[in-house]
Amino acid sequence: MIKYLLPLSIFIVLAGFLAVGLSRDPREVPSPLINKAAPPFSLPQLHEPEKSFALEDMKGKVWLLNVWASWCITCRYEHPLFNELSKTGFVPIIGLNYKDERPAARLWLEQFGDPYLLSISDTEGRVGIDFGVYLVPETFVIDKSGAVRYKQIGPVTPEALRDKIIPLVRELQR
Amino acid sequence: MRRAIAICLLFGFLPLVAVAQEAAPMAADPELEKRVLALAEELRCLVCQNETLAASQAPLAVDLRREIREQMQRGKTDSEIRAFLVERYGDFVLYRPPVTPATFLLWFGPFLLLVAGSAALFIYLKRRSLLRDHPLTEDERKRVEALLQ
Repeated sequence: MIKYLLPLSIFIVLAGFLAVGLSRDPREVPSPLINKAAPPFSLPQLHEPEKSFALEDMKGKVWLLNVWASWCITCRYEHPLFNELSKTGFVPIIGLNYKDERPAARLWLEQFGDPYLLSISDTEGRVGIDFGVYLVPETFVIDKSGAVRYKQIGPVTPEALRDKIIPLVRELQR
Repeated sequence: MRRAIAICLLFGFLPLVAVAQEAAPMAADPELEKRVLALAEELRCLVCQNETLAASQAPLAVDLRREIREQMQRGKTDSEIRAFLVERYGDFVLYRPPVTPATFLLWFGPFLLLVAGSAALFIYLKRRSLLRDHPLTEDERKRVEALLQ
């Protein structure tokens, strides 16, 4: 009996491992920043480059940091969602304009809408490195104390917005 | 006409020339560049995940090599730079992940398989030798011959 059960059980265990492996997205690397203080930054604003904007400026607020660029094609997929979200005034969204050129970035916002409270220019991508950005777009939920609470890798989908981001922001705003 | 084709070809190849120049080593100091590449060999590029940071031409890999180069110029040690990257991207950037409870299976799994395999082989051989130690009785031999006929 064991002669048949042993290979079968080995097969089941192996199949279980492989099934878990298949259902995971290898491109999603868990961020070590979750529940830790967001890295401090101070960058020039996209529309008024002579003014800078720093992490401390958002202290006491729950907000979204959306990493975008005019060269990023998937950003166009999630952008209408942010346009809708900003109309409700539910949560402020700051745009981190990642490795982009100012004129191109401004033109892009004119074309697709500007849902951001303001955007900041990370021309060399250094703040992006501090935030562990590796796939544009990425979106971070940052709480009142300035800690990162959630990271969306890749575009925000309607499901992610409805099931994860909005409930989390609501909870953090309390 | 021939000249027009030649000009087209020339412009057609221009982008290739530009790319070839971009891939050239960036630091003027070859010693430093060697150190940058040695460290980058051990790090994983997050954009094209099965390439090292040294081999990848993804923009992020270029930026991270620049970051490593600048930190080395500022006198940071390799392990300090590794810690800097792990803080931002997690253990995933290391091709040699640290030994933690989450990676026990990864590190010790192969030895576990070796032990299990040796045990299975040992038991199998032992059983076989037991069989050999017990030759068939006269009755059994007759039954075998009857069955085989």
